[in-house]
Amino acid sequence: MSPGRGLEPTPSQTIGPFFHDALLERDPTGLVPPEHPGAVRISGVIYDGAGDPVPDAMVEVWQADAAGRYGSEGFSGFGRSGTDEHGRFSFTTVKPGPVPGPDGTPQAPHVNVSVFARGLLRQVTTRLYFPDEEEANAADPVLTSVEDAGLRETLISHDEGGGSYGFDVRLQGDGQTAFFEFGE
Amino acid sequence: MTQQTVGEAAGHPPYLYPDYESTRLRAPKEPLIILPKALSDIRGPAYGRGTVGGLDYDLTRQHGGEPLGERIIVTGRVLDGDGRPVRGGLVEVWQANAAGRYTHHKDAHPAPLDPNFSGAGRCLTDDEGRYRFVTVKPGAYPWKNHDNAWRPAHIHFSLFGPAFRSRLISQMYFPGDPLFEHDPIFQSVRDPEARKRMISHFDLETTEPEWALGYRFDIVLEGREATPLERPHA
Ligand SMILES: [Fe+3]
Repeated sequence: MSPGRGLEPTPSQTIGPFFHDALLERDPTGLVPPEHPGAVRISGVIYDGAGDPVPDAMVEVWQADAAGRYGSEGFSGFGRSGTDEHGRFSFTTVKPGPVPGPDGTPQAPHVNVSVFARGLLRQVTTRLYFPDEEEANAADPVLTSVEDAGLRETLISHDEGGGSYGFDVRLQGDGQTAFFEFGE
Repeated sequence: MTQQTVGEAAGHPPYLYPDYESTRLRAPKEPLIILPKALSDIRGPAYGRGTVGGLDYDLTRQHGGEPLGERIIVTGRVLDGDGRPVRGGLVEVWQANAAGRYTHHKDAHPAPLDPNFSGAGRCLTDDEGRYRFVTVKPGAYPWKNHDNAWRPAHIHFSLFGPAFRSRLISQMYFPGDPLFEHDPIFQSVRDPEARKRMISHFDLETTEPEWALGYRFDIVLEGREATPLERPHA
């Protein structure tokens, strides 16, 4: 295999049901400690197409720091959480700042969220936006690219008070979350 | 039918593959929203350096004794979409033991557990994108998807690459497995050429005399080293 253009990717396969010891042992759901200034909690439930919680999923988040920088010193911005028997995941993190988007247009503060599970042959990827950022959200190039208002609404988390944001993910059916893929 | 996604065109499986029963209630049905091209190659996450111990690559040395089974070496290169090595990338693996049993508390297959085998490993790729694991060949195992359903022997792989879109979880299979044609997870990859990219190759050069059989498995991730997004000067 010589360096060149356009190697075909290795196909995705499901994470299956038995990933926990390998993938979740060392990866804290705390991107920052709870006592960190400005720490917020992000949590939610993953639901399947029958409206039942998904108890065997893995959720990965990746985000910029409070200043809108990815991969800054001391803050990887990456986290993993399993879901519990009620389908619930949660993270302790900081609210990300706005990050520059295409053409320098700022993107509203957001967290990249991926869900892996048995029955998902490939991860689904979505974005969590914040309800108290109406102005920034209205100008965000990704949010505005989602034409269907109902689908767009699934990307905005709910303020649960006390620095907690709720973000449920519906894999299928009524109120399905908007999922993204990358264009070529 | 639902339209083909960009991922399917590249050889990834569809979300909905009814023969694999668990996809029926978990596959999204709304069309995926295509992110603008400028966001496609966004860098990261670079992750994992601090989380790998020196012996994590050797699944046969995580306990007091050696696990039972056929000792094997699994090695290969992780490349990006341009064929460039992915350097310092985290590779995580997990698998059943030689009898086809996971240590996981939910695995109910009545095959023996091996007190000397947990079946989880991790390592980082070197400057050529190379990774290497020492383990035992996993056994096939039954699952409840359909009558008399058995998974071909496989090792689960989790990978990070240069871009957010590079993130991949896949499974490595062994050459010539008679269960391929009966396995809906393997068959969910519709293109036969793409299926071949999940099958390792027996490799005599990797094989170590009097010690272990060698298998090669190269992995290609999507995405490439992106030019970092221009940040406006403050
Ligand atoms: Fe498996």
